[in-house]
Amino acid sequence: MNKPASPSLSAPVAKPRAAEKPIKVEHPTVEALRMFMRNPSAIIGSVLLGLIVLISIFGPMVYPADPFEIRWAPMTEPFTPDAWLGTDYLGRDVLIGLIYGGRATLLVGAVAALLSVVIGISIGAFAGYYGGRVDAVLMRITEFFQVLPALLFAMVVVSLFSPTLVTVTIAIGIVIWPSTARLTRGEFMKVRGLDFVRAERAIGARNARIMWRVILPNAFPPLVVSATLAVGSAILFEAGLSFLGLGDPNQMSWGLMIGSSRSYLLSSWWAVTFPGAAIFITVLAVSLIGDGLNDALNPKLRER
Amino acid sequence: MAQSKPSSGDQPLLQVEDLRVEFRTRRGAATVLNGVDFHIRGGETLCVVGESGCGKSMTALALLRLIPSPPGRISNGRVLFQGEDLLQASEARMRAVRGNRISMIFQEPMTSLNPVFTVGNQIGESLRLHAGLDAAQARTRSIEMLRQVGIPAPEQRVDEYPHQMSGGMRQRVMIAMALACRPDILIADEPTTALDVTVQAQIFDLLRDLQRENGTAVMLITHDMGAVAEMADRVMVMYAGRVIEQGTTEEVLGKPLHPYTQGLIDCLPELGSSQLGQRDDLVEIPGVVPSIWSLGTGCAFRERCKSAMPHCADKVPPLMLTEGGHAAACWLLVETTQEATV
Repeated sequence: MNKPASPSLSAPVAKPRAAEKPIKVEHPTVEALRMFMRNPSAIIGSVLLGLIVLISIFGPMVYPADPFEIRWAPMTEPFTPDAWLGTDYLGRDVLIGLIYGGRATLLVGAVAALLSVVIGISIGAFAGYYGGRVDAVLMRITEFFQVLPALLFAMVVVSLFSPTLVTVTIAIGIVIWPSTARLTRGEFMKVRGLDFVRAERAIGARNARIMWRVILPNAFPPLVVSATLAVGSAILFEAGLSFLGLGDPNQMSWGLMIGSSRSYLLSSWWAVTFPGAAIFITVLAVSLIGDGLNDALNPKLRER
Repeated sequence: MAQSKPSSGDQPLLQVEDLRVEFRTRRGAATVLNGVDFHIRGGETLCVVGESGCGKSMTALALLRLIPSPPGRISNGRVLFQGEDLLQASEARMRAVRGNRISMIFQEPMTSLNPVFTVGNQIGESLRLHAGLDAAQARTRSIEMLRQVGIPAPEQRVDEYPHQMSGGMRQRVMIAMALACRPDILIADEPTTALDVTVQAQIFDLLRDLQRENGTAVMLITHDMGAVAEMADRVMVMYAGRVIEQGTTEEVLGKPLHPYTQGLIDCLPELGSSQLGQRDDLVEIPGVVPSIWSLGTGCAFRERCKSAMPHCADKVPPLMLTEGGHAAACWLLVETTQEATV
């Protein structure tokens, strides 16, 4: 019987690659971070948001001022030596307003998004993990919040209480959690049926452990993306509420600036345009980051 | 003829009596386990064999009360573990048993490990849960376990993630997880089905070595009759939710009483066998396992049975004990025993 392959043929082919290193495998988080850093739009988003956050934190320290103070002549045009970005109809400096307003906007956006993520993940996790009646009840509650017109509902909540940063934040958090809850529920339903969850139960883990230590980490990537995007929509909501005069009147914010100068849109466009652009750029930056995270964390979209 | 009861006087480690599991479906309650009786003694290997869907895995899950519920429900029976009925135990008590006194490994090593944690973390988990070890102790013990299950360079491997390992290695990790707390019983639900043949043999060898070292009783679920011959002290054959034959490996494989068991053994190709050197054709059992909806009154195997008799359709044969603790549920047995006694 012949040998399956003649030595003369196989010898050059079978020559081992000399410098074969052991395959180095990174921690999934490290790998995702590397993917993220390779994505140009994600980098642009991070840099933009980083700048805005730095300005909002350190700007007021570097240049202490009262954003409500009337500093120059009303409706000073922008790009003048005194008021770089002009003044509004009362003579308040737009640049100072932007620097100070960023604090409220970003703070409300971040905290409200965090609140909505906490509510959404808790409700979605219980609904998805336990299923059945628990799921039915929790999802009806979620739907109740989902069918209410969001901005209107937030307005009602704010106007029921005094409009302070805290009530505005809570109102926004209450309004935007349902989508996170639904996403979490779906992820939990998907992961709970996987073999390693069954194996976990077979080694005697309790439900709470399985939910938070086993399923949640596996459901994390889409939730991170959703949380990032929630920051963007929270910022928009804050701006919307302030624009309608339902923000904290003692707290300068970009929405408040737009809202108070909206009647002077034609005579002093800059008092509305610059805070609008600030909101636009911030939300865009957050969305770019969310998109980048999505690409980095979703192995199906990832180019190998 | 008597109902199957443990023949020896000493108390078995695990005694299952009249276990019945139902699943609620749109068509009504489906009985997937129908009066399963068996026992496991300390340190022995019981192989459970049968076709897909006969209730092997259900039996294993029912022992640990892991049947998905709803729709599943253990509707009757007792599972006596060291004299304690696990079906009556509290959920907290069950958690203390699972992974600690009775642990289980699953069919699919590729998906049975959590992809986001290191294997060391996962092996150590049952130790932290049951033995109260801290992270450092659990890690040391995890390395020890990895070494015991034959994983090279365990000090490095302990920090790796499941996706960095092959199927065989993952199954070794699963075994390490299951044995970390030195359980009394290890339930292995087709642990080698997803693996290469060469790796299968390694895993069986490993299980046997570990069993010898630790004195763990093993309930091995398989449909590989070769593995049964290799591993088992005793064999239990299941069909359509019932135990239809059980006895020592020599008895069951050598002198099968039930036509179904005979059929399973005949299905097995024998390498270089056959007394006169001629090659026998492979035999198959005709037909398929009947749907639980079409079981009717009689023996579930009668449609596929070569020796079926008219009265096989009338009544389900009970498990009948013959000498040597060998029992089978077949009406043929009545005729032979009756002939013997008459």
